[in-house]
Amino acid sequence: MLDFLKSPIAALQDFYILTGRALRNLFRGPHYVDDIALQMDTIGVGSLPIVVLTGFFSGLVITMQMSRALSQYGAVGEVGQIVALTLVRELGPVLTALLVAGRNASGIASELGSMKVTEQIDAMRALGTDPIQKLVTPRMIATAVMLPMLTIVADFVGMVGGFIIAYFTLGLTSSQYWTNAYQSLEYNDIVQGLLKPFVFAFIISLVGCFYGLRTSGGTQGVGLATTKAVVVASVWVFVITSLLTRIFVNLH
Amino acid sequence: MPPTPANPSGGDVLLRFENVGLRFDEVPALEAISFDLRAGETRVVLGAAGSGKTTLLKTAIGLLKPDSGNVFLFGEEITCLKENQMFELRSQVGVLFQEGGLFDSITVADNVAYPLVNRRTHEAPAEVDAKVVDALRFVELEHTLEQLPSELSGGMRRRVGIARAVVSEPPLVLYDSPTAGLDPITANTIMALIAKERDFKNTANLIVTQRYQDGQLMANFRYNRNSGRLEPVSQNGARGDGSNPTRTIFMVMKEGRMVFEGAQAQLEASRDEYISKFVPKHS
Repeated sequence: MLDFLKSPIAALQDFYILTGRALRNLFRGPHYVDDIALQMDTIGVGSLPIVVLTGFFSGLVITMQMSRALSQYGAVGEVGQIVALTLVRELGPVLTALLVAGRNASGIASELGSMKVTEQIDAMRALGTDPIQKLVTPRMIATAVMLPMLTIVADFVGMVGGFIIAYFTLGLTSSQYWTNAYQSLEYNDIVQGLLKPFVFAFIISLVGCFYGLRTSGGTQGVGLATTKAVVVASVWVFVITSLLTRIFVNLH
Repeated sequence: MPPTPANPSGGDVLLRFENVGLRFDEVPALEAISFDLRAGETRVVLGAAGSGKTTLLKTAIGLLKPDSGNVFLFGEEITCLKENQMFELRSQVGVLFQEGGLFDSITVADNVAYPLVNRRTHEAPAEVDAKVVDALRFVELEHTLEQLPSELSGGMRRRVGIARAVVSEPPLVLYDSPTAGLDPITANTIMALIAKERDFKNTANLIVTQRYQDGQLMANFRYNRNSGRLEPVSQNGARGDGSNPTRTIFMVMKEGRMVFEGAQAQLEASRDEYISKFVPKHS
């Protein structure tokens, strides 16, 4: 009767097994340092331009949108606070995570998927290498290190974008904007702003690896795995940010 | 099942299947497969696409776990071993995958060096390099060292795959459809290399293929070191005496079952409709 639940539950179970193995490999060798560095470069440095661009424009538009609402209360001077809080708490982490999900969850899934369908994963196992140790764990570590850093960059560039609007069109002084932005941020905001990308990183990398390693059925399967990885990773980013925000808002 | 052909020198059992069965979603992929592969033996597995040949090969090194029965590799039961316990055993088996299975992000030289570097035997880099060059020279591709697998043709990729399979000089080599999708000339080159490897290093082989000619070549030709080419084992072509100098045994698979096991003469004499389809009429 509940047959339709069988395959999603089995998939969830497989995902937990993969996660467990990938985490366990953190504490035992061999560690593929070269692969970690390579992945940090692709995931971190490679995503930098798009993250900077997106961060900048989101700061820009938040400031423009908010300035109208704030002007009704004569509080345009507070725009720095709005930009800082929205970016650091929510938009910075989520936008960066979505970009990295689109760029890297898909990249990981298609790379591992192609390796699966061309029997490279089997060859790896046959040659005595654990594919999870060699492929999954380095990607997980690299994303967990790089995503919080990318988020910091996005937050900062976003505030610069906000500053440009505040300075040139709203007529605020530089110290008005930056002091207001800086003083509004509390310890709690920074913690959730950095904890979120750290959690997203595991979701994005592991979902990408999971669908990549499950690929079957040739090149068509690779395409399917890639699409699924992006969609599932993005949905989970939203679900988890809601949960974490709920927790942190209550803490405050 | 026909009687197992005479096995004059015996030899250690390197690989043993005991009543092995495996299902994919209730569809049987292997059913009651039993055989022994001894040192110095060559077993050629024939069968139509989807008859379970590749599954058999993957089960042999524990890439797939059987649902029933036991697989022994070098005398050790691998059915109950965990993945990381199997790595040591697997490193003593060379495998050529269907399309070569080369890692396409690293160079040909790194691909061939992979089994050596990965075993962490702490061989000196110079020694590894020398072995890699030797292995590539064996397949006559020593000029491709720094190329990426994607820059090579299908036949060349498979030759690199052979070099990678044999670089660590394993006593047992498994070949998954080494000639599938290749033109007859390239296919012959590949099979000649496999025979050369067998006669140089005296390895045991399990060759999975759809082409009867592959097995025919393995059974009737030997690599001559002096002339550097393949030569027929018996000059007058008399095979009827039942001798089997290359110790080549044929197995035929149909829908996951083994329907034939025996020497070439028995295979050619078979009246079974499915089996005789693999044997060209004129021979």
